[in-house]
Amino acid sequence: MKSVIKGAGYILVHTPDMVLHNGTTQTTEMIVNPDGQYLKDLPSHIRTWEQVLEYWPNQVYIGNKHPDELAAVPQPWYNKPCDVKERYGHFGQMMPQQEFLLLMQACDVFDLVKLEQGFVDANRPALAANPIIDEGILGRIPEKQTSAEEIARLVAEEHSEGLYHLGQLVGCVNRAHDIDVNLSAHVMHENLVSKASSVMALLSAIKNAGIDKNEVEYVVDCAEEACGDMNQRGGGNFAKSAAEIAGLMHATGSDARGFCAAPAHAMIEAAALVASGAYKTVVVTAGGCTAKLGMNGKDHVKKGIPILEDMVGGFAVVVTQDDGVSPEINLNMLGRHSVGTGSAPQNVIGSLVAEPLERNGLKITDIDKYSPEMQNPDITKPAGAGDVPLSNYKMIAALAVKRGELERKQLASFTVQHGLTGWAPTQGHIPSGVPYIGFAREDIMAGKLHRVMIIGKGSLFLGRMTNLFDGVSFVIQTNSGAEEEKKTEEAAVSEQQVRGMIAEAMRDFAAALLAKAEE
Amino acid sequence: MSILADKKVIIIGDRDGIPGMAIQACAESAGATVVFSSTECFV
Amino acid sequence: MDLENQKRVKEFAEQYGPENVVVLLGAAEGEASGLAAETVTNGDPTYAGPLTGVSLGLRVYHVCEPEVKEEFDPDVYDEQVSMMEMVLDVDDIINEMTSIREQYCKY
Repeated sequence: MKSVIKGAGYILVHTPDMVLHNGTTQTTEMIVNPDGQYLKDLPSHIRTWEQVLEYWPNQVYIGNKHPDELAAVPQPWYNKPCDVKERYGHFGQMMPQQEFLLLMQACDVFDLVKLEQGFVDANRPALAANPIIDEGILGRIPEKQTSAEEIARLVAEEHSEGLYHLGQLVGCVNRAHDIDVNLSAHVMHENLVSKASSVMALLSAIKNAGIDKNEVEYVVDCAEEACGDMNQRGGGNFAKSAAEIAGLMHATGSDARGFCAAPAHAMIEAAALVASGAYKTVVVTAGGCTAKLGMNGKDHVKKGIPILEDMVGGFAVVVTQDDGVSPEINLNMLGRHSVGTGSAPQNVIGSLVAEPLERNGLKITDIDKYSPEMQNPDITKPAGAGDVPLSNYKMIAALAVKRGELERKQLASFTVQHGLTGWAPTQGHIPSGVPYIGFAREDIMAGKLHRVMIIGKGSLFLGRMTNLFDGVSFVIQTNSGAEEEKKTEEAAVSEQQVRGMIAEAMRDFAAALLAKAEE
Repeated sequence: MSILADKKVIIIGDRDGIPGMAIQACAESAGATVVFSSTECFV
Repeated sequence: MDLENQKRVKEFAEQYGPENVVVLLGAAEGEASGLAAETVTNGDPTYAGPLTGVSLGLRVYHVCEPEVKEEFDPDVYDEQVSMMEMVLDVDDIINEMTSIREQYCKY
């Protein structure tokens, strides 16, 4: 049995206050350099809601603009407003912070999120108007909320993590345990943001796939947070927690972890679960990461540009049994970085790209588009980290040159022809290969592309458990049923053509015979 | 005079450039002792 | 540079003597290479880590620079690094690294 990509959802949350209060670059600075210039300058570099709406890469992420259109816009992009400024997109939406804080409360089942009464009253109608939010979710937000005084007291005396909007304290997340650091207010805040953004992604993907919520049998969460307590720090399970809020009553699930490579691992697992017949419909999902907000903020402020890492990201992909039309995941063409692969870049790319293709009798140039790490270069270039997708394309092209599959002078054109310009926020796992799945599905179904390779790479060494790197890749291709149909049509066409040619030849032959007879 | 032979080498690799372990193999081939090897990640 | 890495650099320089230590970098860009090199020579330019205001003046090279490259076993370099020469802007990296060494390297 085959597994296909039935639909995908992509969401962003504008979290300007969380940049300051929850991004590790900023919280670290508050410890080591509390009176430094950076923290003084930072507030004037925070973007408004209007600015994030008109930011080109954001409009691409939610599907209102195609990556090809973005590639035609000269960089930098932060000072070139997009002509589309919609919060809702083809693949999902951007949510403003005030709505998201209410959604966080709706996602909290432990009575930890406290919000100020007036804030909730003012913003409940906006959340209610959101097309993915139903009564079930809205009803989880209590009528009676908390006073501003009590919230201030909780933050001052009870170690609660403040929730801010436009600089005002409007709520807090309480700790879930007095002693256990794994249930501290900080960790609960981080996990609730991840969960709530995953819920948004799940709901968007299911809507886009056009399936019933009850069809979902399994959910795989592939974010980078860990939930658990002191006896099982990463016990889980974000997947089922988010599925519960999203109302996926027939689903269970589990968490897959692997740093930025996790989404690609999770996609392969989902495809295999469906292809094996274990489950009919599996959704891969991930919420975003508060810690990475403003990660490269120091460089952005130093260079006089806005803090561009102010969006929490989320995505979800619905994988189902073959429907005869949706693009399929080819499980015979998986790439994997193994323990023995080593960390040399040529070995890494070799294991992820060249090896699975060679095993299938294909060359590097036989993949129409590669989607490795789709980080937005507007964010990474000013931070000295370069253009990450472009570096990946150069590596793939360089390997193709080494293997004699590409001429050296074609290096630059390869990166354009087989590459994409990055648009995803630097939220670790969020940019890793998966942002393109939504576009790839549509472009393959439209016949523009035939084969797309999604590559996930992960910095496992950051966990200090190994020095190894990691990565896996998979190929999404035209549905072979759809392709068969096309071939049959083409064959029918050519059969007709052959008949025509024979008929023509016969006529010519007859004419020649007649002419000869007349002589 | 050689730069690396018999020296203590500290390696700061980059996930999107050259990773630490790849540099380590090179440094050791030049007769250096690698005392620390790490790889940074900016994304 | 990562704060933990700065701490390790400082400790090893103290332990072995800064004249016996060489730092090798693998950064993806000239600017990032220069910042890391400045950190281990003149001190942390971002004023965040343990090397803030600490001028170790260590010898520091990017792995793609010709001075160190010629000391590596060519086969090892070819297998581990060479492909990246097609990817990185090596000239830019060399310029940045040379400039930092000329200003701050003490050995």
